[in-house]
Amino acid sequence: MADTITVRIPTALRPQVENQESIAIAGASVKQVLGVLTTRYPELGKRLYKKENELNRFINVYINDEDIRFLENLETPVKGGDELSIVPAIAGG
Amino acid sequence: MSFVKALRCKECGADYGIEPRTVCDSDFGPVEVAFDYEAMKGKVTRASIAAGPQSLWRYRDLLPIEGEPKAGLNSGWTPLVRAKRLAAELGVKELYIKDDSVNYPTFSYKDRVVAVALTKAMEFGFDTVGCASTGNLAHSVAAHAAAAGVRACVMIPHDLEAGKMVGMTVFGPRVVRIRGNYDDVNRLCSQIADKYKWAIVNVNLRPYYTEGAKTHGFEIAEQLGWRLPQHTVVPVAGGTILPKIWKAYQEFITLGLVQDNKPRMYGAQAQGCNPVVKAIQEGQDLFHPQKPNTIAKSIAIGNPADGYYVIKVVNESGGYGASATDPEIIDAIKLLARTEGIFTEPAGGTTLACAIKLIQSGRIPKDESICVSITGNGLKTLEVMQGQFEEVPVIGAKLSDFDAAMNEPTPGNAPWKAAEPAAARA
Repeated sequence: MADTITVRIPTALRPQVENQESIAIAGASVKQVLGVLTTRYPELGKRLYKKENELNRFINVYINDEDIRFLENLETPVKGGDELSIVPAIAGG
Repeated sequence: MSFVKALRCKECGADYGIEPRTVCDSDFGPVEVAFDYEAMKGKVTRASIAAGPQSLWRYRDLLPIEGEPKAGLNSGWTPLVRAKRLAAELGVKELYIKDDSVNYPTFSYKDRVVAVALTKAMEFGFDTVGCASTGNLAHSVAAHAAAAGVRACVMIPHDLEAGKMVGMTVFGPRVVRIRGNYDDVNRLCSQIADKYKWAIVNVNLRPYYTEGAKTHGFEIAEQLGWRLPQHTVVPVAGGTILPKIWKAYQEFITLGLVQDNKPRMYGAQAQGCNPVVKAIQEGQDLFHPQKPNTIAKSIAIGNPADGYYVIKVVNESGGYGASATDPEIIDAIKLLARTEGIFTEPAGGTTLACAIKLIQSGRIPKDESICVSITGNGLKTLEVMQGQFEEVPVIGAKLSDFDAAMNEPTPGNAPWKAAEPAAARA
């Protein structure tokens, strides 16, 4: 679907989204896409956000493999065909 | 029988069983190994530790393994050097270098974490181990895996130093070079760990791996005669080692093995990649990730997993942070080599350069005990020293040529005065 964003879900969050690996969602910004996602799956929302408009600091969000903190954070615009990955922050070192 | 209680979320305290796991299911906070210190009391003593092997496994009661160690049997127990000549140069009273540049078998602090992670991987029954690495970790994983007869797949950024490439490839792992920086490699590794059933030592075995870093701190304390340095300066890359040295100090205090002298921890980063130090200096709890640009590639991590905990420990201990420019890093490498005979890589140069800044700015008092953690070896990163020394001229094989050469000034030096040759000995 050309006008939807593919959201990649890490294993640890799949129980909250009926075990889907990826979900197609329409939206114009990261915030909108995650908004649709968390409305549909409220349990996921609880883990994704620390509070409104503030992501859990242990979760990183990438648009096409770029960390949104290098873009415009939640306001980062997205377009159809983009891939949004949710990745646990704790790794490496 | 071990003293391990559980894997515990550092944020919410939720407990999990001893399994391959990185984060807590409910808040994604890191899980950490929790030990039963009460049960250790009277059993884990100075004497019991001192009776152990001359390796990091002398601290096995404080490490998360269940059976016998299966890897890194000779890793750790590196020298703690009383750096008198460097101390004199810096005008400080008591200075130590904890020298992991000569760790076994691959000359970096990473041999500690891998010894524990590989043992754990084998306990869990994995047949393949992997890592996201800036080089040193890949060396260590590949070497330990080769020695243990386990398959290794190491993931690295595409632009590592030539010596770093050879130093891993020689052990025969599958090497995957990834277009991007370490943080890109790391993100990919998290996704790989999700999909492939491998033991990625710094992803799904991370809680066990990081405990291995404590041994650097245990050794400092034991080698100092069962006391803690008042100030410890540590490089910050992913942020594993600094909080774990702190944990080591606290564990020894809890067990009554050392006195609590309120040790302070200091983070060192390269100016071209200093998200954690910047946050410390600006009084922020959270760091902002950076795109690294520094010769200190082994610590060029712009989005450090444990950055938050480094900031927390540094602040809690009353320490601070400093960052060093590339020329300052090179100067510090030379200074350490010239005064103490230790050749470290840019990460070590960074740590020493930052220690010097912290001393000169008065953050670290000159009359108190200071330990600088040197975590890697300069022979792996020779190209950063290119152009640092003038080419050495070739002379004829005659004594008269040698005499003439000794009367030539060398760059930065007066001519060597021919020091009374045979006559002085007679």
